[in-house]
Amino acid sequence: MQNLWLAPALPFASFLILALVGTRLPRWLVATLGAGSVGLAALVSLSIASKFITSPPPGHEFTQTLWSWVRVGNFQPNIALYLDPLALMMLLVVTVVGFFIHLYSTQYMQDDPRYARFFSYMNLFVGSMLMLVLGDNLLLLYLGWEGVGLCSFLLIGFWFQEQANADAAKKAFVVTRVGDAFMAIGLFILFNQLGTIDIQDMLARARLNWPVGSGLAIAAAALLLGGAVGKSAQLPLQTWLPDAMAGPTPVSALIHAATMVTAGVYLIARMHVIYELAPSVMTLVAVIGALTLLLAGFTALTQRDIKRVLAYSTISQIGYMFLALGVGAWSAAAFHLMTHAFFKALLFLAAGAVIYALHHEQDMFKMGGLRKQLPFVFWVFLIGGAALAGFPLITAGFYSKDLILWETYTSPHGSKYLWAAGLFGAFMTALYTFRMIFLVFFGEENAHVHHRPGVRMLLPLGVLAVLSIIGGFVEVPDTLGGGKHTFTELLAPSFGEAAAHEPAPAVGDAAFPTGAGVNETATAEQAAEHGADHSKEMQLQIIAAVTALLGIFVAGRIFLRKRTSAMELGVPGLPAALQRFWATGWGFDALYNSLFVRPLISFARFNRSDAFDLIYKFIAWLTQRGHFALKETQTGLLRWYAAGIAAGAIVVLTLAVLR
Amino acid sequence: MAAIPLINVLFIAGVLFSIGMVGLLVRRNVIFMLISVEMMLNAAGLAFVAAGSRWVQPDGQVMFLFILAMAAAEVSVGLALVILLYHRFKTLDTDVASLMRG
Repeated sequence: MQNLWLAPALPFASFLILALVGTRLPRWLVATLGAGSVGLAALVSLSIASKFITSPPPGHEFTQTLWSWVRVGNFQPNIALYLDPLALMMLLVVTVVGFFIHLYSTQYMQDDPRYARFFSYMNLFVGSMLMLVLGDNLLLLYLGWEGVGLCSFLLIGFWFQEQANADAAKKAFVVTRVGDAFMAIGLFILFNQLGTIDIQDMLARARLNWPVGSGLAIAAAALLLGGAVGKSAQLPLQTWLPDAMAGPTPVSALIHAATMVTAGVYLIARMHVIYELAPSVMTLVAVIGALTLLLAGFTALTQRDIKRVLAYSTISQIGYMFLALGVGAWSAAAFHLMTHAFFKALLFLAAGAVIYALHHEQDMFKMGGLRKQLPFVFWVFLIGGAALAGFPLITAGFYSKDLILWETYTSPHGSKYLWAAGLFGAFMTALYTFRMIFLVFFGEENAHVHHRPGVRMLLPLGVLAVLSIIGGFVEVPDTLGGGKHTFTELLAPSFGEAAAHEPAPAVGDAAFPTGAGVNETATAEQAAEHGADHSKEMQLQIIAAVTALLGIFVAGRIFLRKRTSAMELGVPGLPAALQRFWATGWGFDALYNSLFVRPLISFARFNRSDAFDLIYKFIAWLTQRGHFALKETQTGLLRWYAAGIAAGAIVVLTLAVLR
Repeated sequence: MAAIPLINVLFIAGVLFSIGMVGLLVRRNVIFMLISVEMMLNAAGLAFVAAGSRWVQPDGQVMFLFILAMAAAEVSVGLALVILLYHRFKTLDTDVASLMRG
């Protein structure tokens, strides 16, 4: 495990090489460096993971201190990497999924003149994300956090020659900055109150010093939530993500699957102790998640652009993760994060293959019937879509989403309303996902395939498709084949829980006085509860499975028919105005435009001739006048100067005498 | 030898200085201006010598020697400038040489 430092160092090294001399290298070398560095990092991560799982280090955590960053009094941040199961899971997702995205990009971006620059940004992106994930202290985490923000800006605006792309990049940067400001304040509060920036120390001290529901914990949790909401594109800062589609498609895949948007989820999971001390903020997290997943679901249903559908589906799926975080189901959130990374990367890359084949056509209503022309892409897209929709039993998305729904229902922080929202969201997910699939791959053929994706694009698709299916089998609920909780058991040390899939009993135990007899009855009750739980769990699973299938069925009924203009809005039969409202993302862009952007612009216009400027203009005017006045004394006549000197001498002498 | 009252000497020095001053301001010929400056310097020197004798101190005469040396230096530089001025403008009128105006 001593080579943990290699994981972030490799992409950074490659970034440096590509950024400095990339333009002078041949393309094959750029591709090898760009994809190879992340690939090597993935291999390193895999070897670390196998060691970590077979022979876990003491306490299931491993810290590697590389060097001391600065030393100012108590403030001594180290450059140190911290690995625990949660970080390990993120490390694997970022490097492995990141590598396949890089491999795909080597072909996708082949004709781009700024090939080396693209890969240097991508490597920096992955490196920053690894810094964020592995950072042992909040400063390092924040460094990675901002690095990720910077790279998203650079990559979204990669084709900055078009104004719209540059605007999208600016929007992403500014909107996430709003959240980052909150987060920075939250970090300052934590450092100020707890006196350390080492994350594990800080969490331990918070647990000791702060009572549940203390004001400081609530403030810190809420401020960190601000940062997480910005990065993870949740309500109310979700508006940047759909516009982020302006970047090249592999970038979207990287942002949506491996890096960036999962950072917010990771942050909350990492700081879960603070959130446990602030139950009201946890409820807020859950509500934000539920609202976001519903809003984004409706919006996704009415989009025309294939990438925007996927963008809104990401917002919606991250909403599920927030829902899980909000009800305290930390492992469930992490599980969905992982499966989502697989199938969302797959969907984006497959969509990229479609866009590539159709010569940068992104409008779904100009596609159709691609099933026969791009059979392989069709199948992997179908697998990704099925995983996204939570197709029962065979897809990873089903297991992770099911776990979230079950936890939402049973957790002491959860409620039936949140569960119902999640369930309805699952229906929406299935509906919009299969709307997309039916529109793109079924129906009459009205698009011509220009060039076919090559093996470097198809290989990642195949691998990710396999992962999208088997990724879910690491965590099988008790109701199916005895149950297998590899994932939650692996992650349990990170969250300090006995077993993540049974959160309820712990609370009950604490309430009882610890007498032997009471304990026995309690365990008996628990066993009975357990049996009841299983049938309940089974019922809920069946409901969830049927919901997903129903969504697919409804999508088939509506969208497999001949296309009509009503369909272009989304679902025929619903009021057109409502759907148009959905299509604009519930008017959030317009709202923010009129609330913030336009007032700011008009204020800026007004400020061009503002009062403060007038002061400085007056000074400039005065100086100029003075110059003109004094210029007149510069006559060039020697006698005038002599007279001036004489007059001056007389004045000085007079003053000296009369003093 | 009867001592000359200090006030008389200072009066003469003041008259000399004023004549030099007025000459400097009204004459346009650069040679005359230099002569006027010399007169002013000598007026100042006279005042120094008188003051030195009044308080029986050598400083006044020391100052006069300094003024003498300075005046010699000034004249040598000044006359060099006069020659240059004449080469350039073919005249000794300082008002003509007012190119540095404004």
